[in-house]
Amino acid sequence: MNIADLEASNRESTLARTFYVFRRWPLIPILILSILAICAVFAPLVAPYDPEQDQLRAVLASPPWYPPCEEGQLTNKFESCNTNSIPLGRDEEVYYFAIGADQLGRDLLSRIIYGARLSLSLAAIAIAIGTLFGTTVGLVAGYYGGIIDEGIMRVVDVFNAIPYILLAIALVFVLGQHFWVVAFVLALGSWAGIARLVRGQTLQVRNFDYIALATIAGASTTRIMLKHLLPAVANTVVVATTLQVGSTILSESILSFLGAGVPPPTPSWGADISNGREYLGSAWWVAFFPGMAIFLTVLSFNFIGDWLRDRWDPRLRQI
Amino acid sequence: MKTFILRRLLFLVFAIFAATLVVFALSRLQGDPRNVMLNVGYVSPEQWEAWGKQFHLDKPVIVQYAIWIGKGFFQGDFGDSLKTGKPVMQMVAGFAPASLQLGLSAVLFVLLTGIPLGILSAVKRGTVWDVFGRTFAVFGQALPPFWLGIMLILVFSVTLDWLPSGTRGHDATNFYERLKYFPMPAVTLGWLASAGLMRLVRSSMLEVLDSEFVKLARAKGVSTNKVIWKHAFRNALIPPLTFAGLILVGFIGGTVVTETVFAWPGLGQMTYTSIINNDFPLMTGAVLVFTLLYVFAIFLIDILYAFIDPRIRYS
Repeated sequence: MNIADLEASNRESTLARTFYVFRRWPLIPILILSILAICAVFAPLVAPYDPEQDQLRAVLASPPWYPPCEEGQLTNKFESCNTNSIPLGRDEEVYYFAIGADQLGRDLLSRIIYGARLSLSLAAIAIAIGTLFGTTVGLVAGYYGGIIDEGIMRVVDVFNAIPYILLAIALVFVLGQHFWVVAFVLALGSWAGIARLVRGQTLQVRNFDYIALATIAGASTTRIMLKHLLPAVANTVVVATTLQVGSTILSESILSFLGAGVPPPTPSWGADISNGREYLGSAWWVAFFPGMAIFLTVLSFNFIGDWLRDRWDPRLRQI
Repeated sequence: MKTFILRRLLFLVFAIFAATLVVFALSRLQGDPRNVMLNVGYVSPEQWEAWGKQFHLDKPVIVQYAIWIGKGFFQGDFGDSLKTGKPVMQMVAGFAPASLQLGLSAVLFVLLTGIPLGILSAVKRGTVWDVFGRTFAVFGQALPPFWLGIMLILVFSVTLDWLPSGTRGHDATNFYERLKYFPMPAVTLGWLASAGLMRLVRSSMLEVLDSEFVKLARAKGVSTNKVIWKHAFRNALIPPLTFAGLILVGFIGGTVVTETVFAWPGLGQMTYTSIINNDFPLMTGAVLVFTLLYVFAIFLIDILYAFIDPRIRYS
């Protein structure tokens, strides 16, 4: 190896060292999710405009880097131009659409910020219900075994055999398009996988000596499950739950894209993409940015899930 | 092996029975299906009763279920679509070829990307190739499929004007023109599955490459190519086999989305429209077809897997 090669490898290692912290901690995903969480919680403070306020003179107004609109161009939806510095609305206020406006002249950025609220709260509720139910069912099946286990696992199998998206769409339409219905339907999609994992884990732990000792010491079934089994499977639950968040957000966006989500005018990423589809040729930003929001959110959750799994539960890696 | 097949067969029957129950319950959850037909306008009590007779709604729910099952499974008659008036089975048969074409082209995409990228990633671990392969997988698992489809249309149809979109090109002039309709839907439907397959092939390949017999082969002086293809590849392909079932699950949900985005006249779109229109005979029939398809596929894969890997049979 000559000097040049050595220098090259040296440089590489300093580069690697600089990025070491990024490899050890999922900093970028954490940053993205923090911004998202702030947006979701403080949406009214963060969003520049009311997400449901239409501005008919700014229909499909483009982002600021497009050429400014001429006076007569404003309502012509087939030409892209930005409305910055042009007073709009009754109050002649100047609007600044940072990433453009949608087909009703609503500020896209504000809609994405409020959309984060909807997506994250739906995902949080659905995952909470799904995890609680899945963990309980998995613990019971794994601990009792025998006919109870067999029965529960067959239900899980049958549940897995019905195409989830079709079931979800049908359920939402049958039960009515409402926030809690969508949350329930999303929870329905997340419990089975967690139940299966927890059951598998419980089956192993159940045979450990400390469980037998607890039984001999007279601990009740509830106590054994909550104090002895639950902590043993907690890592698996947390990892599986984190990995599930991404797919739950994806399911939610698919439902609202297909018109089976929380109904308009509530800002929802999936529904906004569906609206933007019709204006692809003239205003690509309407469909592009909400999708980017979904993509980055799911990507971040998946990264954190993978990272947690590698740290806490490497066995799951093989799946 | 016999008991294993028997047990799986028993579950198959049970799963189909449970699935029919769920599907039937779905169609009745909304209350009387006649209410759905009401929106055509004013209805006289006689008409109401006539509908009741026609769809057997005047009988108890259990009898309705029995009639539905009996006619469906033994006569292949799942009733007529409320919207078009055609028999459900005829409609399913009419829309199936388009979905099949879409599914096959997506499978092709999955196999042509997932397996080679997985092997490449594993063999050249830690290099640019590995980074590329893993990025491919990470993107596939985070991209919303419908958005991916729309962005593909934006880039390749609207901006570059390379590929046509909308419908499946059945009126295209020649074979080559028709082929152009396939890449975008296939990628949209297949990327998620391909990402999963790639990850599985990669981890399974890494495991096999690390095993004793591969080390022995290398120590004996077998060429790298031969080690990869003859020793490692064959054995690494066993775990991803189970993934075939999951690919199908993804496709069944995915066809609804993909066919909606690309206006592809297939089963997914038909089912979706039937749900929107409250067309309950068509909806129950279509969801049931999807479920049967899936349950049978899982059954076949289980058997195949047990055949390849004897340990499965006894666990």
